[in-house]
Amino acid sequence: YSERFCHRRLPEKPVGMESQHKHLLELLRRTAVHGESNSVLIVGPRGSGKTMLLNCVLRELLEVKDVNKNVLPVHLNGLLQTDDRIALKEITRQLNLENVVGDKVFGSFAENLAFLLEALKKGDRSSSRPVLFILDEFDLFAHHKNQTLLYNLLDVSQSAQAPIAVIGLTCRLDVLELLEKRVKSRFSHRQIHLLSSLSFIQYLDNVRSQLSLPQDFPDTKFYDEWNESIKTLCEDQPVVDVLQRHYNSSKDFRSLHLLLMLALSRVSASKPAIKPTDLLEASRVCMVDSKANILHGLSILELCLIIAMKHLNDIYEGEPFNFQMVHNEFKKFLQRKSHSIHNFDKPVVIKAFEHLQQLELIKSMDSSTAKIQKEYQLMKLMLDHSQIMEALQKYPQCPTDVKQWAMSAFG
Amino acid sequence: MVRYFTRLRVRRIYKWGGRSYADRKLKSYGFEYLNIGVEGQEAVTTVTPGQYILIEGNDDDNPFVAKLLKLFGDESHKQKKALVQWFLRLSEVPQNKKLLLGRSPHPQEIFYYLGRACDDEINVESILGTVHVQHVPEDTPFPEPGTKDTLYVKMSWDTKAFNVLDPVLMQDTPASTPPKPALPLFPPCASPAATPVSRGPVRRALPTPDPTVMRRAGSVSDTRATMSTGKMGTLEAESIHSASKLSASKILSTRRRGSAADTPGVRKKLQLSNGASPGKRMTREDVLCELLDEEVESEKVMSLKLSSSVSHSLQHGCSLSPMRSGRKTPNGQGGFPRKLTSISLDRLSPTALGEQDFSSDLLLAVTPLALEDEVFEAGLPTDSGSAMTPKKRQATPRRNYVRGQKATTPSRRKESAMTMREPALGVLAEEDSEDSPMQPIAMTPRSKRKSAQLVSSRIRKQLNLLDNNEELSSDGDDCFVPSKKDLQSSSDEESEEEQTESEEETVVRKARGRNCKTPSRTPCKTPSKKATPSTPRTPRNATPSIPSRTVPARQPGNILEEARARLHVSSVPESLPCREQEFQDIYNFVESKVMDGTGGCMYISGVPGTGKTATVHEVIRCLQHASDMDEIPMFRFIEINGMKMTDPHQAYVQILQKLTGQKATADHAAALLEKRFSNPAPKKETTVLLVDELDLLWTRKQNVMYNLFDWPTRHHARLVVLTIANTMDLPERIMINRVASRLGLTRMSFQPYSFKQLQQIITSRLNKVKAFEEDAMQLVSRKVAALSGDARRCLDICRRATEICEHSASHPSTAGLVRMSHVMEALDEMFSSSYITAIRCASLQEQLFLRAVIAEFRRLGLEEATFQQVFVQHQALCRVEGLQPISVSEGLAVCQRLGACRLLLLEASRLDVLQRVRLNVSQDDVLYALKADRD
Repeated sequence: YSERFCHRRLPEKPVGMESQHKHLLELLRRTAVHGESNSVLIVGPRGSGKTMLLNCVLRELLEVKDVNKNVLPVHLNGLLQTDDRIALKEITRQLNLENVVGDKVFGSFAENLAFLLEALKKGDRSSSRPVLFILDEFDLFAHHKNQTLLYNLLDVSQSAQAPIAVIGLTCRLDVLELLEKRVKSRFSHRQIHLLSSLSFIQYLDNVRSQLSLPQDFPDTKFYDEWNESIKTLCEDQPVVDVLQRHYNSSKDFRSLHLLLMLALSRVSASKPAIKPTDLLEASRVCMVDSKANILHGLSILELCLIIAMKHLNDIYEGEPFNFQMVHNEFKKFLQRKSHSIHNFDKPVVIKAFEHLQQLELIKSMDSSTAKIQKEYQLMKLMLDHSQIMEALQKYPQCPTDVKQWAMSAFG
Repeated sequence: MVRYFTRLRVRRIYKWGGRSYADRKLKSYGFEYLNIGVEGQEAVTTVTPGQYILIEGNDDDNPFVAKLLKLFGDESHKQKKALVQWFLRLSEVPQNKKLLLGRSPHPQEIFYYLGRACDDEINVESILGTVHVQHVPEDTPFPEPGTKDTLYVKMSWDTKAFNVLDPVLMQDTPASTPPKPALPLFPPCASPAATPVSRGPVRRALPTPDPTVMRRAGSVSDTRATMSTGKMGTLEAESIHSASKLSASKILSTRRRGSAADTPGVRKKLQLSNGASPGKRMTREDVLCELLDEEVESEKVMSLKLSSSVSHSLQHGCSLSPMRSGRKTPNGQGGFPRKLTSISLDRLSPTALGEQDFSSDLLLAVTPLALEDEVFEAGLPTDSGSAMTPKKRQATPRRNYVRGQKATTPSRRKESAMTMREPALGVLAEEDSEDSPMQPIAMTPRSKRKSAQLVSSRIRKQLNLLDNNEELSSDGDDCFVPSKKDLQSSSDEESEEEQTESEEETVVRKARGRNCKTPSRTPCKTPSKKATPSTPRTPRNATPSIPSRTVPARQPGNILEEARARLHVSSVPESLPCREQEFQDIYNFVESKVMDGTGGCMYISGVPGTGKTATVHEVIRCLQHASDMDEIPMFRFIEINGMKMTDPHQAYVQILQKLTGQKATADHAAALLEKRFSNPAPKKETTVLLVDELDLLWTRKQNVMYNLFDWPTRHHARLVVLTIANTMDLPERIMINRVASRLGLTRMSFQPYSFKQLQQIITSRLNKVKAFEEDAMQLVSRKVAALSGDARRCLDICRRATEICEHSASHPSTAGLVRMSHVMEALDEMFSSSYITAIRCASLQEQLFLRAVIAEFRRLGLEEATFQQVFVQHQALCRVEGLQPISVSEGLAVCQRLGACRLLLLEASRLDVLQRVRLNVSQDDVLYALKADRD
């Protein structure tokens, strides 16, 4: 029963972006009510709440009665509408213009463009419905050929045609530099930056409010208990440390939600509260190195090869190596220090080497692989020293001589 | 409506005739008449001065009309010229002047042209043939639509107004009987071996065929018609939701009923033969029953008309067949006034039939004219082949249509067009053979078949009639082509209306023909068909429009809102300040070209937002005003924008569409425009073409630009091209020599606005609305002038400033003037770089990573490092800062986040730890931001 808050799908009032919210709402309201054409860009890093802000504004806008039936929102996404042809069809479909039949848009690209432009041209400020063009991943639209779509939309927004508002969402700060000069000139240069200047205290408050149950929760007893437990949780020192660490890493709420979701998923009927350990565990899962698991799955031989590569990296300061070098290094180790490792045949070692390559722990340097023999292809290690050492620490039943070899300064 | 096959590949031969008289002064020779012959045929049309002639123009369906005054040639006898008095069709009158007429024009009305702007000397090779023009006194109504080929003159047009035509001007008209041509021209396929017998008289003397045959003809065609009613019903059902179409068809049918009432005798006859079918139709208990009944009715009427037209034509002693030849050879028109009355009647029925029945025909109707010509040419050799299997075709008449529908490649379409047309020709020949044994029809394939099948005369008759039906339908589709091409050209009021309606339907049908399968032939299936959801149609006739709003837009309430509305870039200012000089230059250029009737190019350059397009529009507005005041001749203004088309070649399509309303493919449009601009077309007004964003019309061969600049240089083009682009040296930079040379040296460059000019622009826009402090305005203009001189930017900033002003005030009504602080804020918003704020707002690890990047750069002495290297630094910094070191994955995530904001430039993430990292901001900016953060 407590699983009911999934945290997603309920964009509440935007936090920490009141002025931007007001600005955007005012702007769109003017388009909707006065028929004033506008263009605006919402810029902010990933997960900073651009779409959330826009959705809030749209929801609020559509709550106004005489606006509701009056605006035509058109949602486009740069990842979906990868070129102007598709984008145009999508616009026409969403506007439900007269050349749309069912769900299909007929006619060639040129016809569609001419049709849409004609449609927009025929409209005027006072009589036609305002159209809100929402361009998600705005920067990708700038890569379209000639930026035809952007030029035309922005041109309409700057001329006495049907009132439109062009709202671009992007995470690129340099998005204006992508626009061609005449496209840029037609853009109104309104940018709404969403840069969270959240302090850690606010961040913590936010965590608390996110986890708390809403007022109208039916079971008041549980409501009290739960909210009390959340309060104590947020004052627990390890928990605060974990959150601090997350806050230091990134301020966006998406990653926070991920962390909290992981913790929440451990809550069940038998265990009706989040314990600090849950959060720590969740944090551990979040922070885990993606390569560590791969390293744990390697065989001793493969691990030895990686250690040999690490030594080679140390000796040659990151220069690429080939199999032969690694093999020599490995053989040296076998002759001098090894007691526990068998002397593997060369083909076996080659096989292990290839396996490492397949796991992309090592990567070939030159693309034209066909000409050079496998043994002499130059490779680079894709691992950091710390990763290797950590993996060795955790590796189950790792022979001590191998560990010592890894620790030693030079092979 | 008669089409003149100007593009039929017949070469006309023009020969002087009669005595020549020399005119010493002009060094020319006059001639009494001109013979126009067609190569390979002996038929010759004679044109003498005083006659009305048709002259080849841009529109094949509406050739120019003129009265021939004089025929002469120059000394060398190379050029044959003629002096003419022009007449205008209404379609040639400028659109905005059409209203001056004050009444709805008669479709066949023409106007005596009194203007001087046109060259009245033409090349005789553009003469197509003769036409009959009749002067109608001012107060008498137009005669009933009798012949298709008579044009009526009532008024004159002197480029400004319609006046009552002085009858004296028309006096020397040979009133009603233009000299008959010696022999009408026939297309090569009709009578390749025609004996040189005067055809007209023969027609008159034709024996009337057995009326019973004709009646049976009527009945057969009627059963055929009822058969197709079922199909029709389905068609109707599919479009049941389209109310407009429904009403159109209702109007159609009622009209048909009305016209049927005119010939009651025939109708009765028809009902006799049609007795069974209405009963069958009655069994339907569908919602659409009513509609269908109407269709049945109209169908009846149609077939009735069919037979009536046949009988009609019989009364006149003419067969149906000359209709085709009459259409194809313009010279024949004058010759058969009486025959043409019958044509006008049966032209109706084909129209009706065609539109009701053969969607595939309609599909064919859109095949370009040239194709038809080819079909005619090709029709002859293949004739016999396909005619040999008439039975098969008869058995599966629908299959042909299916093929027609499926045909997408021109060749396929042509093929089906051939099969459509071939029977028509066959019938033509056959009827000839039936009617007049004198006709040399022994050569035509149909008669071969006839001789082969003489045994079963009954079948033959049926075939004949089905063919007949087909012929009519294919004629119907012939009729559509002109209506598609040009609505205004029509020869008959009724058919005009029908065609306008049918044109819309054509479009619908055509689309449907492509989308859906052939509707079932059996009528009993129709109800179920009706029940199924209709197949999607492509509304080609869709009007591009944005739905209108339910609540009207609110008007600006206070001063600031008012100011904002005025400052919006879109609001059209009363005048364009600060561009007086440029305005004058462009104005003079265009005006002189329009006055002289010559052509020219002009290149206008300037950075964005300097008012290039606005100035040109202003010039055009002024010129149009001037031409309305009759200070300069009329001209047309067309605008294309390189950015508003998907492909440079679309420029042709757009120009053509704006010029004539025609739709064509890019290649075809280019050819048509080429023809239009290079031919000495009379009565042409100057065209002013504005090409915005010229640089986007660049193609590798530069042929679009070449053509655009080449056309104005043509002698007859009367084209003024104004081109706009951003860069001053565009002609030198991207144009090859021959293009640049044609562009010429008439250049103009728009300088960026200075701050004073910008200030003036704002002031003039605000126009006494007191919303800005003087200093604030100056600050904006200075700032913008220093950066770009872009007026758009300036206006946008001002607009934003008014918003800030409004928000800052506690109450909207108390908001005062826009002050410096507001403008400063707006400027900050628009111009300040967001990088520094972004860095300040970044998370701790992100900031650390940036520092690590700088540290690594310093260490390497390069502006580039791999992630691996930076990460080592990052770990070290973490330790210094007393933070827990982060894992490589986390580090990569941080790096990617910075990359997404473009604070860092990254290589593809596929490279993982080896990807190279660069800063997108200057190191100083980063350090500044981070230091300020620390404090």
